[in-house]
Amino acid sequence: MLNQLTVFLQNTEGRLAQMCRVLADADINMHSLFIADTVDFGVARVFCDRPRAARKALNSAGFRVSVIPVVGVKVPNRPGGLAELVELFDKHGINIEYNYCFTISDNQAIDIIKCDDVGVEKILVDAGFVLVQKEEIYQRD
Amino acid sequence: MFYQEELETMPREELEQLQLERAQKLVAYVYERIPFYKNSFDEAGVKPEDLKTLDDLRKFPFTVKQDLRDAYPFGLFAVPMDEVSRIHCSSGTTGTASVVGYTERDLEEWADCFARFVRAADCGPGSVMQVAYGYGLFTGGLGAHSGGARAGCAMVPTSTGNTKRQVRLMRDFGTELLACTPSYALVIADTAAKMGIDKSEFKLKSAILGAEPCSEGMRKEIEEKLGCQVYDIYGLSEVMGPGVSCECSEQHGLHVNEDKFIIEIVDPETFEPLPDGEWGEVVFTTLAKECSPLVRYRTRDISRILPGECSCGRTGRRMDRIAGRTDDMLIIRGVNVFPVQFAQVISEFPEVTSYYQIIITTKNALDRVELQVETVDDFPFDEIRRLQDLKKRIETALKENLQVAVSVKIVEPMTIERAEGKAKRIIDLRGEENA
Repeated sequence: MLNQLTVFLQNTEGRLAQMCRVLADADINMHSLFIADTVDFGVARVFCDRPRAARKALNSAGFRVSVIPVVGVKVPNRPGGLAELVELFDKHGINIEYNYCFTISDNQAIDIIKCDDVGVEKILVDAGFVLVQKEEIYQRD
Repeated sequence: MFYQEELETMPREELEQLQLERAQKLVAYVYERIPFYKNSFDEAGVKPEDLKTLDDLRKFPFTVKQDLRDAYPFGLFAVPMDEVSRIHCSSGTTGTASVVGYTERDLEEWADCFARFVRAADCGPGSVMQVAYGYGLFTGGLGAHSGGARAGCAMVPTSTGNTKRQVRLMRDFGTELLACTPSYALVIADTAAKMGIDKSEFKLKSAILGAEPCSEGMRKEIEEKLGCQVYDIYGLSEVMGPGVSCECSEQHGLHVNEDKFIIEIVDPETFEPLPDGEWGEVVFTTLAKECSPLVRYRTRDISRILPGECSCGRTGRRMDRIAGRTDDMLIIRGVNVFPVQFAQVISEFPEVTSYYQIIITTKNALDRVELQVETVDDFPFDEIRRLQDLKKRIETALKENLQVAVSVKIVEPMTIERAEGKAKRIIDLRGEENA
């Protein structure tokens, strides 16, 4: 499991900028940022080099922030790469709470999946998928 | 524990006889000494002698807040200034301040009233009592202080503010009894948590909280966070100050000090007296005040008398918690709504904290109500579905309870103001957008 940082953001002017500034001042480098937004609020999901330090910095700046365990899967950067992965979840009847992708190199995409099934990592490995290791994303802080 | 057991547990018949005797003295006293009452009795065609039974009291005219304002500053004092010991005045949040004077004896009676509840909260000699109400013109600070001292406590007059020091003293002095507003008690609890001080480091036994409404959910939250029992106390400066009524350890209704006050509940529209159990406007007649006595003062507070006896042994009837004020009753799309109804609904949702704010605006000539709440620390906000589900469930509960559509907005932690005095829960912007 990977540690993803989740930040609750009120839908007000400058709030995202404030969050980024707090992380910058704490010398934290973000690798990815995804925002799920509603009318009233947004939920920012962040990968960065030191998730625990980031949580601490944001917490003391008054942000509501959690470290959430998610699964990262390496997906080949070709048509059907993601379909095969998601079909596996479907086959095992595992509900995906949310999922998003980003690429780290020309040939490889990373798919991040949040689900409540604890056995999901084994199922993925057994089916031949390669999981992303913590070290590939961030330092263990 | 009792402070004046004989008075507190006096059989009803004797108590009512005492009330009648005192009320008869009162109406004669105010008629003779206060021109306002002479005029108002004369206009209503009643004479002091007409009070032959307690039921006759309803023949006498009401006193309202405006009468107190019109009498500014000393028009309703029944004694000359050389007999006055102290002068308080109401916060004046809703207009001109109303001034209330106390003779030495009035202050003693007041201290007795509050002291009864200090003992009811199982504190007394040997107990350290911390008063975190504001000291000053507001009756909370000095009222609680005198009452605690009268009950034999060691008083720590911290007043409001400097919450971290408040917390440290509470721990270092081994405070057993805390007196403040419920919202400030929560601020203290949250500050202690932030300072890393666990409730087990406190010796706190009881908290007597008043001056603003405290929902059952808020009470539970304070009790849990501070590790003490919370007693809701009621009073208003016009009538005396805190100590008119208060809960006993049963925490089921606030015993009125009926040897010192007559309580009536009247219909807020017709002003006809209502039977026990029915909600209406609370009306008080003071039976033991020399400087600023009142006959049938309409408090604008909404409550009811709880029928039946209390197992604690006190014979003073119990009033329910204040359900709202006739003048802060919100009229939303033509429906009467009391702010406390919001608090009650919120208290049923452990997912949110007890801090809330209500914002009322107008959109296309329709009232629009937004309730802002914060989730508790461990709420799984990572999943938007859960946040939206929570929002929907609160909205449904509000609609059922209030009969008015309210939109719920989940806001970031600490964005809702933490108050040290009376919390400002309602922001009514109606009419302001076009002004």
